[in-house]
Amino acid sequence: MTAIDDAKRVSGPDAGTTPTPPRERAPRRQRPYRRRGSGDFARPTLGGLVGRYALLLFVTVLVVGPLVWQLSTSFKGPGDDIYTFPPNVVPTDPTLQNYVRVTDFIPVYLYAFHSLLVALGTVLSNTVLATFAGYAIGCMRFRGKRIVLGILLSTLLLPGEVTLTSQFLTIRNLGLADSLWGVFLPGAINAMNVLLVATACRAIPSEMLDAATVDGATTWQRIRHIVWPNVRGMVSVVAIFAFIGAWDDYLWPLVVLSDPAKYTLTVGMAYLNGNFQADPRLIAAGTMIALVPLVVMFSITQRFFFKGVQEGAVKG
Amino acid sequence: MRSHKWYTPWLLVAPAVVWVLVFGLWPFLNTVILSFTDSRPLRTGGFVGLENYGRMLQDEQFGYALTTSVIYMIVCVPLLTILPLLLALLVEKTIPGIAAFRTTFYFPVIASVVVVALIWTWMFDSRGVINQTLQAFGLLDKPVAFLVDRWWLLACAILLTVWKGLGYYMVVYLAALGNVGRELHEAAMLDGAGAFRRFLSVTIPGVRGAMLLISALVAVAAMRVFTELHVLSNGTGGPGGQDLSIVMLIRQVGQGLNGDVGYASALSVALFLLTVLPLIAIAWMNRERRTVS
Repeated sequence: MTAIDDAKRVSGPDAGTTPTPPRERAPRRQRPYRRRGSGDFARPTLGGLVGRYALLLFVTVLVVGPLVWQLSTSFKGPGDDIYTFPPNVVPTDPTLQNYVRVTDFIPVYLYAFHSLLVALGTVLSNTVLATFAGYAIGCMRFRGKRIVLGILLSTLLLPGEVTLTSQFLTIRNLGLADSLWGVFLPGAINAMNVLLVATACRAIPSEMLDAATVDGATTWQRIRHIVWPNVRGMVSVVAIFAFIGAWDDYLWPLVVLSDPAKYTLTVGMAYLNGNFQADPRLIAAGTMIALVPLVVMFSITQRFFFKGVQEGAVKG
Repeated sequence: MRSHKWYTPWLLVAPAVVWVLVFGLWPFLNTVILSFTDSRPLRTGGFVGLENYGRMLQDEQFGYALTTSVIYMIVCVPLLTILPLLLALLVEKTIPGIAAFRTTFYFPVIASVVVVALIWTWMFDSRGVINQTLQAFGLLDKPVAFLVDRWWLLACAILLTVWKGLGYYMVVYLAALGNVGRELHEAAMLDGAGAFRRFLSVTIPGVRGAMLLISALVAVAAMRVFTELHVLSNGTGGPGGQDLSIVMLIRQVGQGLNGDVGYASALSVALFLLTVLPLIAIAWMNRERRTVS
């Protein structure tokens, strides 16, 4: 959209014909709003722009406010009043003690490690298995493919909550109740991810794969050297969502785990809140331990994120 | 071109298919079967016909859970269908710094519901920031105990869901808005249509598909709500269990060595029907539209 705007402005009435000093022209091209009488509808007027930023800042406060408040609470020492109005965001008695003291109540770093194990396992199994299955479905012809597709599609309509009780029975019969394996296994491969990678695989030209076959490439070599470079973008989207999903999950670990020594971070946090009526400063420190790794990861990978959400959505 | 042995594709899809069968389809079939029995966790029960379903109709707690979910749906669907669209329009134009705003508005989406709910628990606390603010502005003379009243707790949970969901649906709308032709807006503008008129006549029809999809997703999510109510009510389901959601009820009934697996399964089947119905309704509305236009 911006490319079109620029092209329009360059070829506009005052482009080249009137010798305007370049000093004046340069900032005008950067100006993010349109002047009165300009025909460029895509740009807001100056007043509209100011109102827009005001609204954006207002929403930012609504969205970030609670998180910032919690972050500041986590640094407040015992000398700080956490119940004042207006809420003081900058701690007057800043301390890191809350991050240490929270471990007196729950082994929060051990729980974070459990969450990390489950999340990394989920990422690994989903990316590898979805690439394999996605390649077979997207690029290979074989008898029974429709049946496989039907099986995968059928679970998309099925919310995990519906199978909660009987899935727990399955896990218990496998002897995995109250273990991190039990938390990890049902999410090890998600049908949606297979279908996403299969879509990406369909975009690979079949001539390329055929040529590799003629040159004597094995299935493994074709996956490694042709399929993987082509589906890497989609697989990274799958990986990010798998990580967030596993790290944030609450209901399933809550059902599977009964021994507090084995909790994941989300279950442990709720346990901390429920059983001790602990100091809000400690809860704040715990929530930040759960939140900050995700925010950092999100900030680094956010361009994949928006791509993933948009690809997952039906275009109107 | 035949480039592989007949079993290669099967080896590649086998893990995915086995997983879906073992952890998806089989538990579902098993749920339906168990719902007609009086099973307990340690013993397979006998066939009891529709007894579990009959019990559900008389169960006071199921009534509460259904009320909670339906109110959740009635409030959340319009809010989460309209507010994210307005937000998407706000961040649609490429003005300086807009990417940072988009990213910021997405933060609540990635945060775990538990973490978000814990943060809001302290904000809703009787000495928390919301009570303090309302009192400072003279809107309240004494603090309201938001989290121990049936309807206030429900309202808080809904607020939390909306706050957390805004960013996600905003991005879905952004994708849909990208498909609304700019020429349509310019043509409408030349015809003298104001901003509001263009919103009604150009934008809304342009994102109709996304709107239907989002309302279906929100409706299904409302039926499945668990974490918000569980954490805000500290696992109790509110005063007298009146804020139980269906999933909370399933977990409460089915858990433990004495859990009533049969009845929990019947509740699960009910949940399945309640989540599938909105989807069917949306599919039907989409079909209707295609035959009209």
